Amino acid sequence: MFNLSSDYSSQSMLFKAGKVSCREVVSAYLTQIAEKADLNAFITILEDSALAQAEKVDAKIQAGTAGKLAGMVLAVKDLIVMRGAPTTCGSKILSNYYSPYDAAVIEKLAAEDVVFIGKTNLDEFGMGSSNETSYFGPVRNPHDPQRVPGGSSGGSAAAVAANLCTAALGTDTGGSIRQPAAMCGIVGLKPTYGRVSRFGLVAYASSLDQIGPITRSVADAALLLNVIAGHDPRDSTSVDVPTDDYLSFLDRGVEKIKIGMPKEYFGAGVDQDIVAAIERQIGLLEKGGAEIVQVSLPHTEYAVAAYYLIASAEASSNLARYDGARYGVRHPEAKTLQEMYIKSRSDGFGAEVKRRIMLGTYVLSAGYYDAYYRKAQQVRTLIKRDFERAFQQVDCLLTPVSPTTAFKIGEKTGDPLQMYLSDVFTVSCNLAGLPGLSVPCGRDRNNMPIGVQLLAKPFDEGKLIAVGNYIESNNSFIRISL
Amino acid sequence: MIYEPVIGLEIHIQLKTASKIFCGCSTRFGSLPNTQVCPVCLGLPGSLPVLNRRAVEYAARLALALNCRINPYSVFARKNFFYPDMPKGYQISQYELPFCQNGYFDIYVSGTTRRIGIARIHLEEDAGKSLHAESFVERNETLIDLNRSGMPLCEVVTEPDFRSPQEAVEFLVRLRELVVFLGICDGNMEEGSLRCDANISIRPKGEAAFGVKTELKNMNSFRAVEKALEYEIHRQELVLDGGGQIEQQTLLWDAGRNVASVMRTKEESHDYRYFPDPDLVPLTFSVEQIEEIRRSMPELPDEKRKRFVAHYRLSEYDAMVLTESPELADYFEAAAKSVKDKKAAANWVTGLVMKAIKETGSPPDRLLFTPAHLTELLHLLEERQISSTAAKQIFEVCVATGKMPAVVMNELGLRQVEDTNFIDQAIAQVLADFPAEVDSYVRGNDKVFAYLMGQVMRATAGKAAPQVVAQMLRARLEKIKSGAA
Repeated sequence: MFNLSSDYSSQSMLFKAGKVSCREVVSAYLTQIAEKADLNAFITILEDSALAQAEKVDAKIQAGTAGKLAGMVLAVKDLIVMRGAPTTCGSKILSNYYSPYDAAVIEKLAAEDVVFIGKTNLDEFGMGSSNETSYFGPVRNPHDPQRVPGGSSGGSAAAVAANLCTAALGTDTGGSIRQPAAMCGIVGLKPTYGRVSRFGLVAYASSLDQIGPITRSVADAALLLNVIAGHDPRDSTSVDVPTDDYLSFLDRGVEKIKIGMPKEYFGAGVDQDIVAAIERQIGLLEKGGAEIVQVSLPHTEYAVAAYYLIASAEASSNLARYDGARYGVRHPEAKTLQEMYIKSRSDGFGAEVKRRIMLGTYVLSAGYYDAYYRKAQQVRTLIKRDFERAFQQVDCLLTPVSPTTAFKIGEKTGDPLQMYLSDVFTVSCNLAGLPGLSVPCGRDRNNMPIGVQLLAKPFDEGKLIAVGNYIESNNSFIRISL
Repeated sequence: MIYEPVIGLEIHIQLKTASKIFCGCSTRFGSLPNTQVCPVCLGLPGSLPVLNRRAVEYAARLALALNCRINPYSVFARKNFFYPDMPKGYQISQYELPFCQNGYFDIYVSGTTRRIGIARIHLEEDAGKSLHAESFVERNETLIDLNRSGMPLCEVVTEPDFRSPQEAVEFLVRLRELVVFLGICDGNMEEGSLRCDANISIRPKGEAAFGVKTELKNMNSFRAVEKALEYEIHRQELVLDGGGQIEQQTLLWDAGRNVASVMRTKEESHDYRYFPDPDLVPLTFSVEQIEEIRRSMPELPDEKRKRFVAHYRLSEYDAMVLTESPELADYFEAAAKSVKDKKAAANWVTGLVMKAIKETGSPPDRLLFTPAHLTELLHLLEERQISSTAAKQIFEVCVATGKMPAVVMNELGLRQVEDTNFIDQAIAQVLADFPAEVDSYVRGNDKVFAYLMGQVMRATAGKAAPQVVAQMLRARLEKIKSGAA
């Protein structure tokens, strides 16, 4: 009867028919969370408030006054502020921090009667591609506990894949929604920059960060985007472009849709199982009436360098506020102002965060700004133009999400550069501000999930949902079931 | 060696918008610490700035008044440095593309016009305040008040065009006047609404190259600016005359001890790592928007002075005094509107009215003696209903009570009498009482006329119109004189 591994689109029918109560669902997920505590997907579990919220939602469902997402059991990446729960950002320095206000997305989701079940683990401040930089320890991949879930929204992806909640919110600065979704065999949608309010999203790199859904189906991603998208006057970078009814794109199919495959995304270094899985999609898409062409994004090779310069520069400034003076952890032995800064920050931040703060500080320094930061911004413009040209020819792009499937925990931690290079297919999307969707499309020789990435021009999320849902319905991808 | 100082100023003007520059918190001065704060001006994780358009409009007024070019596209930048009362670890300011550039402002010093170049004007947020020394602060503790964090500031940077402390001070006086007239700042230096830093160097007179400059901070009054600049010029002269070299450094003025101490040297100067703030979109301005602001601009002090001289036929001096504040200028114009003698109106305002403003401490627009009172009083004088002595008496009562002049005149019985019968009787009485003086007049002593005049006025208890009394008394005495001859 009730399947915890089903998506909200099917669960909601059971709620409406009175077959199951929201409280029962929340309890069942709480049991799962306890059973799979080893995954380390959650930093905070909101047991009491989730159950209390569920009862209210049940009453509303009975009264017929429930919101659009009534009873959706949602996990929230711990980089998004929420009253009543700590917002740690996966960092020691904010391990005691409670936000006095809710993020814009939390307000919107609460108004539609979503139940928040917990705050999920992540790479510290979103800085990482494997969820190994968290102060609260690494998250394990539900498909193989020896492997990483991807990052930085690793906790959210693992929670959704392991059926610890219905869906989750992630954030994506350089692939942090799409890459863990691919590695965990689920759906991850990174909306257009400016589509979803960043108000209440703790900034890693402000010009790249975007909140988006991590779900078990494209339909759920569309449902969540319907609620969280839209202009917010509290975020100056949120764009006042009308939103679509994203659900209406689900069954549009791919007929006459022109899909480009950027040749730079299929070169050496991409795992052959991934290439094969994506190539299988070509036949499927053509069968549905889509036209597949090869395109070129010539500046792709500079994307990772530009991304790490820009993201680190912004991070070095965004993280300056964590100084022990007003909130967060202040080092107990600090005797002077200087000592308070140095000790609190040296002790409060992990190695990867410190590496990026130092890199960012360096590239913004007098004498280096032009060679690094300004040059990176110029590259960013070139990458944007690459995409503009490509989207004159095609409706969307089909690419791998990551050169490899989920790797072993500890495998890449000794080589940060290798780790950075694994972001090669996801960072361009952020640099250009595009929407991107990651959909499961197979498994590799180790039975680890493979994802395929779809990119479209700004505010064209509808097209991603149409193509993504087509791929989803034509792949018999086996999820983890109970 | 004779040196010439080269001075440039950086002035921070606190804009008197109702809310802060990037959030909705109040800008009221003097509230309890940390009561006018929100996640944005506290720099809490996840908060984002939203630009206050009113602050931009105010800055645009200043830009136009200082003849600047408003950039159609300007960018907010982050100035990165650590300070406990700066909650984000950076200040949102402008750097590469400021709000406006290339303006000028004319000042008059020792009879000549000096054109001071304005390098740039930009918008930025203020920091909070650290409290160290107050009695309630424990030893070695610092308390932080973030009410000021995010207050809107407009920074004006001049070219190094000043050649004396007096020029710099005159510029500040005129700039203060300007921002008050523009309605964008209250001009209160003690409360920090107007703050000034100076860059100063000296060079041998006639030399074209600049010397090494120092920066002076913490000058909280016009007088402090003048004193600090004089101090620093003198100090630099002594160093150079002694064969030494000026070190590039930042100095802090101590107004209590009249000395400047070193705050930091060049080696200790910050690398602020400015970069465009990704949380804010560039500020854009169309030609139409600029024109709209130009149309909404109030009259500037200089324009007002010129108009007062031309339209009311006032002296330069009177015009200068009357335009000291927009309120005083408005007071004068309201009072002078329907009186014939504009000069008399100006004299009253610059004289007794300003004295009353000073004594009562009420600003012109709050004085109980309003422009309508002055108009009525001037009408009573024009119509000769009261003497100028009576006018002063009436004025004092009006200032204290707010009663209208005509009412006070009637209450005190100060209306001048032009009834010739009444005056005739008084004259007859005086002539009868002072035969010796009359006799003296008849014999040709004209000086005694004033004495007799005074006696007649006294006999009418000051109510008789003096012009009428003089005329009648003269006629009467001449008649006696011709009869005697």
